[in-house]
Amino acid sequence: MAVDPGKTVDMARAMVMEPVAAADWLVVAPVVIPLVFGAVILMLRHETKLHAWTAIAALAATLAANIGLLARVVENGPLVMTMGRWLPPFGISFAADALGASLALVATLVALVCAVYSISDIGAIGRRYGFYPFMLLMMAGVGGAFLTGDVFNLYVWFEVFLISSFGLLVLGSEHRQLDGATKYAILNLVATTLFLTATAFLYGIFGTLNMADIARKVDGLRDTAPLMTLGVMYLLAFGMKAAAFPVNFWLPASYHTPRIVTAALFGGILTKVGVYALLRTLVMLFPPELELLSGLIAWVAGLTMVIGIMGALAQTDLRRALGFVVISGVGVMMAGLALGTGEGLSGTIFYAFHSMIVMAALYLLAGVMNGVGGSYSMRTLSGLYSAHPMLAAFALLLMLAAAGLPPASGLWPKVMLVRASLDAGYPWLAFAILATGLLTTLALGRIFILTIWRPRAQESLAAPVSPRLGYAVLGALSLPIVLMGLYPDPFIRVAQLAAGGLLDAAPYIGAVYPEGAGQ
Amino acid sequence: METALPVTVSIFFAVAIYLMLSKHIIRILLGVAIFGNAVNLSIFTAGRVTREVPPIIPVELMTPDLPTANPLPQALILTAIVISFSFFAFLLVLAFRSYQELGSDDTDSMRVAEPEGEDLPPLGY
Repeated sequence: MAVDPGKTVDMARAMVMEPVAAADWLVVAPVVIPLVFGAVILMLRHETKLHAWTAIAALAATLAANIGLLARVVENGPLVMTMGRWLPPFGISFAADALGASLALVATLVALVCAVYSISDIGAIGRRYGFYPFMLLMMAGVGGAFLTGDVFNLYVWFEVFLISSFGLLVLGSEHRQLDGATKYAILNLVATTLFLTATAFLYGIFGTLNMADIARKVDGLRDTAPLMTLGVMYLLAFGMKAAAFPVNFWLPASYHTPRIVTAALFGGILTKVGVYALLRTLVMLFPPELELLSGLIAWVAGLTMVIGIMGALAQTDLRRALGFVVISGVGVMMAGLALGTGEGLSGTIFYAFHSMIVMAALYLLAGVMNGVGGSYSMRTLSGLYSAHPMLAAFALLLMLAAAGLPPASGLWPKVMLVRASLDAGYPWLAFAILATGLLTTLALGRIFILTIWRPRAQESLAAPVSPRLGYAVLGALSLPIVLMGLYPDPFIRVAQLAAGGLLDAAPYIGAVYPEGAGQ
Repeated sequence: METALPVTVSIFFAVAIYLMLSKHIIRILLGVAIFGNAVNLSIFTAGRVTREVPPIIPVELMTPDLPTANPLPQALILTAIVISFSFFAFLLVLAFRSYQELGSDDTDSMRVAEPEGEDLPPLGY
């Protein structure tokens, strides 16, 4: 199209003209703060004494920013910031809605507690090799993935936290770490490349990668475009990231190999980013395709939870058993995705909050058990109850939470999911969720009986580490767990708000495209 | 051009998947590298291949005076190349280290993280 050279262009319609309000910088703060402090710690790499405290301060600041962001999002709806002054779809937008902001908040809380525990777990060599920079950069990637409004940027943030997680995983370069990291790295790289393939097709069909723009255009293209193919590719790619049943084998091969803090971070946070991406793409962008896929996803969900927890029953090593518990939790979350109803999705989101905290706490509990008992194996750990009754109390609470029994956090999301499955006509899915709860009780109860109740079999050779820091950390994580169990209303409200934002994307689109600009 | 590219992409995908099904890590890595290139080419094709001028706007104009090539896929591919190159470099080092330490690049014999034939935990007490 030839354009008249004398024609003026109305820049006001193409660019962001007004300066960004100071409070709006909150949207990028959860990414910028860890990124900056990660770089600062890299520069201070010889001052290993400063690392831990700098990282804790950075994560505390990130947590504060996340709380502010969530409060604003709950009050005023989605908050958007567009990069580079070009209005969307040309400018890349960061868009925080209730789903992204709340998951980012819980993830940061978990990371902060893990950073505190790492003071005792990460020695001078681990610090020297860059544990804290890797951890902060991983949190920057996770925060970016939760808050970005652009599919290609979602890919980039996935890669950011993936490469940092590789670094964390091989830290120490023990034999089993190298073995585990090889499998983790290759399979995760294949999954992200698959995600990129799907994104190439997405761009070919829509000519845009902005999520709000896609959600706006998708109905007009439904008759002609191969959207089902896209939906299935995203399901496979993110299912692999989240460790859903047929593509979950990388997780138990690698999650038990790194330092226990790293395992807690991974088990708590990383699979949930995959679940988040599934929710974002399938529920917000392709809802009719999701409806057609729901039978398949329900099967995947059921098999993931039941086979995952049966894997946990077969393990001797504490950490490997926990890897399988993580997988089974992913299955429970996928159940809500399969239903696709408001209640199912809010159950999934609430379960994600719960699972992040409980899985990290269980790994840290394993770390404390190893500290006082000198082993991760159920064969040698024994008699912890007589020596450390506090530890037994924490273990009991966390196991009740993971199995979904009161008074801990797992109960309510499971109730919501069971009711939603019955309402949506999937009684067998409800049965699978309940059976998984029973099997989780068995698997974790077996750990409890063997390591805590069993009379002391032999004196451990390793000198026990004082569990005081471990108790503080477990206490800090137990607080939200008990709060979610006894007073679930605010959490359910946030989860419902997040699910509502996914099902009705109009406020999200409206926030990205203010008053029809950039049409 | 429009037909040649998809054919190339599908050959790349086929080769990549064949190599990734191998049990030797070095072949898997070659497969991963080719996989990445196949995806980059498909992004390029998805951006519509046009034989037009580059998107450069003359000084006196505000908008381009001719139809222009789409610059976005190239920006996306550039990002993807940088990322996949760094990942590939990391994976090569990782594979070499594990070959040095574990003495094998055969995934079937790499059982350090998941040892075979472990003892059972006690069945009672």
